[in-house]
Amino acid sequence: MSLTHYLVLAAILFTIGAVGVLVRRNAIVVFMCVELMLNSVNLTLVTFARANGTVDGQVMAFFVMVVAAAEVVVGLAIIMSIYRTRRSASVDDANLLKY
Amino acid sequence: MTTFPWLLTMIAVPAVGAAAVAALPRGRESLARQLALGVSLLVLLLAVLATIAFDAGGERFQLTTSVSWIPDFGVDFALGVDGIALVMLLLIGVLVPVVVVASWREEATGRRSMRAFWAWLLLLESMMVGVFAATDVFLFYVFFEAMLVPMYFLIGSFGGPRRQYAAVKFFLYSLVGGLVMLAAVIGLYVVSANELGEGTFAFDALRQIEIDPGVQKLLFLGFFVAFAIKAPLVPFHTWLPDSGAEAPIGGAVLLVGVLDKVGTFGFIRYCLPLFPDASRDLAPYVLVLAVAGVLYAALLAMGQSDMKRLVSYTSIAHFGFIALGIFAFTTEATTGAVLYMVNHGIATGLLFLVVGMLIARGGSRLVGDYGGVAAQAPLLAGVFLIAGLASLALPGTNSFVSEFLVLIGSFPTRPVATVLATVGIVLAALYVLLVYQRTMHGPARGVLLEPAPETTAPATGGGGATAATATLEAPAAAPARLRVRDLSRRELAVAAPMVALIIALGVYPQPLIALIEPAVAATMSDVGADPAGVSPEAPVEGTD
Amino acid sequence: METVPADGLIAASWLLIALPLAGAAVLLLGGRRTDRWGHLLGTGTVVAAFVLGLLCTLQLGGRRVDVDLFTFVSTGSLDVQAGLLFDPLSAVFVLLITGVGALIHVYSIGYMAHDPRRRRFFAYLNLFVAAMLLLVLGDNFVALYVGWEGVGLASYLLIAFWHERPSAATAAKKAFIMNRVGDVGLALAIFLMFAQLGTVSYDGVFGAVGTLAGGTVTAIGLLLLLGACGKSGQFPLQAWLPDAMEGPTPVSALIHAATMVTAGVYLIARCAPIYDETPTARAVVLAVGAITLMIGAIAGCAQDDIKKVLAYSTVSQIGYMFLAVGLGPVGYVAGLAHLLTHGFFKAGLFLGAGSVMHAMGDSVDMRRFGGLASRMKVTFVTFGLGYLALIGFPFLSGFYTKDAIIEAAFDRGDGWGYLLGGVAILAAGLTAFYMTRLMLMTFFGRPRWEPGVHPHESPTVMTAPMVLLAVGSVLAGFLLVVAFPLESWLTPVFGEPEEAEHVVAPLVVSVLVTVVMALGVLTAWLFVGRREVPVTAPVRVSPVTRAARRALYADAVNESLFMRPGQWLTRALVFVDNRGVDGAVNGLAATLGGSSSRLGRTQTGFVRSYALSMLGGAVVVAGALLAVTAG
Repeated sequence: MSLTHYLVLAAILFTIGAVGVLVRRNAIVVFMCVELMLNSVNLTLVTFARANGTVDGQVMAFFVMVVAAAEVVVGLAIIMSIYRTRRSASVDDANLLKY
Repeated sequence: MTTFPWLLTMIAVPAVGAAAVAALPRGRESLARQLALGVSLLVLLLAVLATIAFDAGGERFQLTTSVSWIPDFGVDFALGVDGIALVMLLLIGVLVPVVVVASWREEATGRRSMRAFWAWLLLLESMMVGVFAATDVFLFYVFFEAMLVPMYFLIGSFGGPRRQYAAVKFFLYSLVGGLVMLAAVIGLYVVSANELGEGTFAFDALRQIEIDPGVQKLLFLGFFVAFAIKAPLVPFHTWLPDSGAEAPIGGAVLLVGVLDKVGTFGFIRYCLPLFPDASRDLAPYVLVLAVAGVLYAALLAMGQSDMKRLVSYTSIAHFGFIALGIFAFTTEATTGAVLYMVNHGIATGLLFLVVGMLIARGGSRLVGDYGGVAAQAPLLAGVFLIAGLASLALPGTNSFVSEFLVLIGSFPTRPVATVLATVGIVLAALYVLLVYQRTMHGPARGVLLEPAPETTAPATGGGGATAATATLEAPAAAPARLRVRDLSRRELAVAAPMVALIIALGVYPQPLIALIEPAVAATMSDVGADPAGVSPEAPVEGTD
Repeated sequence: METVPADGLIAASWLLIALPLAGAAVLLLGGRRTDRWGHLLGTGTVVAAFVLGLLCTLQLGGRRVDVDLFTFVSTGSLDVQAGLLFDPLSAVFVLLITGVGALIHVYSIGYMAHDPRRRRFFAYLNLFVAAMLLLVLGDNFVALYVGWEGVGLASYLLIAFWHERPSAATAAKKAFIMNRVGDVGLALAIFLMFAQLGTVSYDGVFGAVGTLAGGTVTAIGLLLLLGACGKSGQFPLQAWLPDAMEGPTPVSALIHAATMVTAGVYLIARCAPIYDETPTARAVVLAVGAITLMIGAIAGCAQDDIKKVLAYSTVSQIGYMFLAVGLGPVGYVAGLAHLLTHGFFKAGLFLGAGSVMHAMGDSVDMRRFGGLASRMKVTFVTFGLGYLALIGFPFLSGFYTKDAIIEAAFDRGDGWGYLLGGVAILAAGLTAFYMTRLMLMTFFGRPRWEPGVHPHESPTVMTAPMVLLAVGSVLAGFLLVVAFPLESWLTPVFGEPEEAEHVVAPLVVSVLVTVVMALGVLTAWLFVGRREVPVTAPVRVSPVTRAARRALYADAVNESLFMRPGQWLTRALVFVDNRGVDGAVNGLAATLGGSSSRLGRTQTGFVRSYALSMLGGAVVVAGALLAVTAG
């Protein structure tokens, strides 16, 4: 498998994630799609790290994972509390943050 | 004694005083104002002692203190004064205690506390000392901006009915100017880094650099806009009437008396020495603004119905004179301009104070709501007249000396501008005497009228609108009388030192001039003018 | 003429200024505590100044003494020393100011006896005397200017002394403003001297004035003249002086007749070395003098207010003095002699008018006077002597000094000389007319008093100064021209008098003037004395009378040329400033606020639309990067 295969896969994953964020309403799904995008980036980092024979990309990937884990905690908590107050997990219902 | 850090102490004392006042518990209002008075008097004492320690014939900057502050960018906490800055410190030292006594009976509205007023006032004093004492351009910029904060709160929290509008306007104008200046300060740093290899903000080092004329013009404009807004020159002036009218009297005195002088001080200290070529090239345009200010603001002052706005406009006219003196590039005129800065602080300060005393009696700021006050309150009228005469630069008052020096010094190099500005002295007489006649002379009328004994109507001492009806109802037989008390002891204590200074500096100004002149002469040689002053065009046979 | 340093009493001549100044300070600062003896202190300081001035003058003996005091302002090449110059010219003025001043102070004790603010009146009078003495004693132009505006202030305070009256307050303001217009001229003249010569002291300027270009000297001369016109109520700045009669009558006598208004003549005489270099400026002085003396005389003929008649008479007489000093060396002494005699008789006339007003319940309307000669004998006799002196009755003061001016005018020898002389003679006739009219309406004829008015003679404290001034009016001309010639006293200042070549014999001039004067008196008797004077002014009168009543429309011209356009301009500028300059700033703020609220609408609150715009932005950035690196 050449470098291209990995990168194409990452691009596909990223596109799926991005489209998901844009078209889905459910906050949980949107959240998962964001994670998908992060992981596609992780894949790219690791790929390049391997191709270049350095560990920089892998280190970066670990950072992303740690941050993503923290983000999951905070994000899910927010979604939970929104769901509790509004009885809905649709992102379109949470539109108070506007001018 | 020379090693004593005078300037640092003068900055620290009011700052500490402000913190102490702010930390006082609620309800200790009278202790707060006593503390404020004590601290401001201490600063006055320090200013006087610093003047004694200062050697007029010595080095340019004295009483210096320098501490490395942000070494990475070559920023020092460097303080020092020349004669120009020193007289401004003296002015601050005099004005703040007077303002404290004048504001003694001010009362805060709503939930606000007068402790905050005193604390902001002292903090303002600290910042004002800093801005004049800084010899590092960056430090100057920091004080220049920091000064806005206490003034913003003084206007916004303790001002008149439209205080919010005025405070925001004041802040935005000053901030815009400050940001433009920040760009120029950074530009100056970059230029110094290119020229010297290592960037610096130290005034003395920057003064030595030869800057490319094109760059000079840009940097000059950056500083100029900030100072022209501060000073203010027409057409950057419209914030001052609003702020002057809405600020509490004490704030207004310090605003036009000291804060605005930072603008004209900046012209002399930064624009001229740092950018001499640009100053020379652009001076004609500045003079147009200066002369326009003298005439335009004087005419506007005549058309004002609000006394505090009127005084603000007279200040704008005076700033035109100061700018004329600075950009005439002669020792005589610039010495006059610096003297003008001091004298204007005293004369217009007193004018604001006495207008405030009148407003405190009648509750209205409108000229038309008063009339015939002189008959009932001769002391008030007398102080008003002295302040007004000082404002129109009558000989014998301090302003005459400075205005005369500005005009006589500007005439040889800038005859047209000087002639036009001289016409302004007629307008000055008009705006002062018009308002004096309307409020002090003539038959008794206005909001201070005693309610007619027969009328069973409720009190007529309220707003301006009721005054007209009161006059109509008053029986023609009994002459109208005003219910107005003359100056109290406290008000006399405010006015007396100012009047004394007006007369004393009008009769014997030479000590102050001797203090100012060396610094002005140094500035003149920086800008390429003859520091020895104007040389006559025709040969003089024999001296007088 | 060498200047010598001060010695003896003259070294203390600064006390001349300091004494009245201290008096003013004590009276103003002392408050009500000084009410009881304030008027005595005020009078005392001026009397002391007079005695000191007299002693100094006796010591002077034709020298030119300089008294150095302190450094007023010294910066760059400008060096202004506070110093006094005591020479024969200033000595003459010192004696006039303190002498007439002391008499008027004494008179005021009686005149102001019932005024609750008498103390302040004396303070202002003392302030005036101090400023006026500084004006004539200063040894440089800055000191002159300080005194010049100082007397303006005192004049303002005294005209507005009864400031409850709007007319008084307005007149005071008008006087100050019109004076300030003149002051601008004086100030500019000083600036020009400094720019050209580098000095503002009399010695420095007069010593070097010959090195200046002709145009510059003319400019200086004309600017000084503008200052002189403002202070002396000369055309085109004459309109304030009649209004200034709103002040108490002793003020009119001292300031607006005897001393302050003659400061312009002093200025031109003092600056003789400048005017000697510029015939153009001198010709303008002549024109101003001639025009003003006619305006004053014409306007004086139609006034019903006794003080206004005297005021226009003052305008006219100062016109004579300007005419004289405008003639050059031949006229300086004549002008100054007329100034001194005028000081005596005009002050006396004003004090007499004050005495009449005192008796008539502060009325000034001559149509309600009449027949006072028998009720107020002392006033009548003293006023009558002053009247005779003014119209130039043979061998009284005015006869000597006015004739000298008219002779000097003829002595020019050219057509202009005849014209000026003719104008001066004509005005002498008019003077006789309006003064006779005043005498007839006030002291003769049937009483036309307001009901309830009981005229009575004034107290001695008022009549004594009037008697002394009347004596002066009678003798001063003879003393100054014949007995102790002013000409020789002033020789150190103006140089040896040249023996004039008379074009018209002095005797012919005297006869001519006397005949014209008699004609004026006769006309006045025909118009006023023979007929009944109506108590209200006739409405249906000739256009000439109407114009004269309004003083040849000076006020109307000032109002339509300056005041109304100025008010309009002020209103327009206030509008421009509020709507234009401030409006632009507020408009900018409103635009920013409006556009930010419009931009804010794009913040819908839908997270997914934010995400879309983020994606779009990322794509644009990535595309741009690609374009840059690829291209």
